[in-house]
Amino acid sequence: MAKNTLSSRFRKLDIDEFDENKFVDDHDEPVDNQGPDGAEIDNLIRQGDMMTAFHIALRNPPVNTKNPAIKERALAIVLRVLTSFKSSDIEPAVKSLDRSGVDLLMKYIYRGFEKPSDNSSAILLQWHEKAFAVGGLGSIVRVLTARKTV
Amino acid sequence: MAYHSFLLEPISCHSWNKDRTQIALCPNNHDVHIYKKDGTKWTKIHELKEHNGQVTGIDWAPESNRIVTCGTDRNAYVWSLKGEVWKPTLVILRINRAARCVSWSPKENKFAVGSGSRLISICYFEQENDWWVCKHIKKPIRSTVLSLDWHPNNVLLAAGSCDFKCRVFSAYIKEVEEKPGPTVWGSKMPFGEVLFESGPSGVSGGAGEGAGGGWVHGVCFSHSGNRLAWTSHDSTVAIAEGGKTSTISSLSSETLPLLCVSFITENSLVAAGHDCYPVLFVYDGTKGSVTFGGKLDVPKQTSQRGISARERFQNLDRRATSSETTEQGLESLHKNSISQISVLEGGKSKCSTFCTTGMDGGMVTWDVKSLESDLKDLKIV
Repeated sequence: MAKNTLSSRFRKLDIDEFDENKFVDDHDEPVDNQGPDGAEIDNLIRQGDMMTAFHIALRNPPVNTKNPAIKERALAIVLRVLTSFKSSDIEPAVKSLDRSGVDLLMKYIYRGFEKPSDNSSAILLQWHEKAFAVGGLGSIVRVLTARKTV
Repeated sequence: MAYHSFLLEPISCHSWNKDRTQIALCPNNHDVHIYKKDGTKWTKIHELKEHNGQVTGIDWAPESNRIVTCGTDRNAYVWSLKGEVWKPTLVILRINRAARCVSWSPKENKFAVGSGSRLISICYFEQENDWWVCKHIKKPIRSTVLSLDWHPNNVLLAAGSCDFKCRVFSAYIKEVEEKPGPTVWGSKMPFGEVLFESGPSGVSGGAGEGAGGGWVHGVCFSHSGNRLAWTSHDSTVAIAEGGKTSTISSLSSETLPLLCVSFITENSLVAAGHDCYPVLFVYDGTKGSVTFGGKLDVPKQTSQRGISARERFQNLDRRATSSETTEQGLESLHKNSISQISVLEGGKSKCSTFCTTGMDGGMVTWDVKSLESDLKDLKIV
């Protein structure tokens, strides 16, 4: 047997990097969405104005940037708003969103599912149920197929 | 609405002959079976065995009565009926991946094959050498071509591909036709020219930021060729109008992704997919909006019998809901995803019957008039 079959160093090569027809994403949008403003949201939560905090949290989603720190920060803010909601207020909040808002909410919900903390799963499941009632399976499919993740 | 179960295996693809008495379909293997209609029964009259891989596309040319098939063995065959037997002619496509879809042009002098080699092969018959020759459209396709549809002018071709874009190409072959006149999609049409491309880098999407979000499964030109509709894997359906291609109207639907779409009038389209029932969409040209028209399926008669307390608790235990409807199976006619839809009568401008085949091995013919009367508030404009 040839000597090179004993070595497994070739397994560490990523062969797709050498393919000249490799699919490269065109992500050339301007990085303008930096995520919601944390201080403003904190103020609103303290005042008890959950609806406005909710809407502001869903504004400016950092979908275009590749910087994970920005995405983490935005996710943390949104999750804080979602978990401070009362169960009875969830449904009117979801109803106040438009189609793309529901899709965006679903994206955040699934991101929140990824790292469950003490109480988050229960409240996130309630959010999920209400968002699913409005968005249907299509909104979940869009979370799965979206190339610009939140 | 007649449901006929052909087989247990999925029907990969199908095509009808001109007078709709015969259907050619692939039962998820290497062959093509042709069935003939005898009243309400279907009998198999031919088996076309030539492919070495699964047959992924069949198209039956109505006027010249030729069938073109393409498969995962990277070949396409053109079948002609000689007497009682179908004789194949191999077409060299020069592709190195599977062929995915095939379509005769409206004048039937050429056909297009979409493949996993990231290109479209346009094949035409060369009289001097007595064989089929193909030309490739490569740029700027970057992934598998999933679906094709020809424009009525025999030159423009719409292609939906896995690189999340739907494009209109020119497939003008100077050997078989004259220069086409200008259309709403453009006036200069050399071979391989891209006249329209959907998605973020081309034109901006309509409602929702999901522009360019999923593989484009199905494309369809309207009867006039001025409108192009496509369905995508992110559960959206979009329509672009030639000439006004800066605005694409799209609708993010609540259903699972739709796999196939067809115009039934100039303003309405029917699409079907993983939800196992066809869905109607209505396009409003003046407002540039696509709206959900209704679910096209036979409504199931729910029996109104009382449910005992014991059954209620049993339901709660088994299915977490104490509802009465025993949803043992799907309520739709098709029991699995619908993969292809074809217009039977009336053309794409005033369709009166269309047919769907799916992964449950069944074929359903839908009658538009009885759908309109059965399902109230369904309006086909």
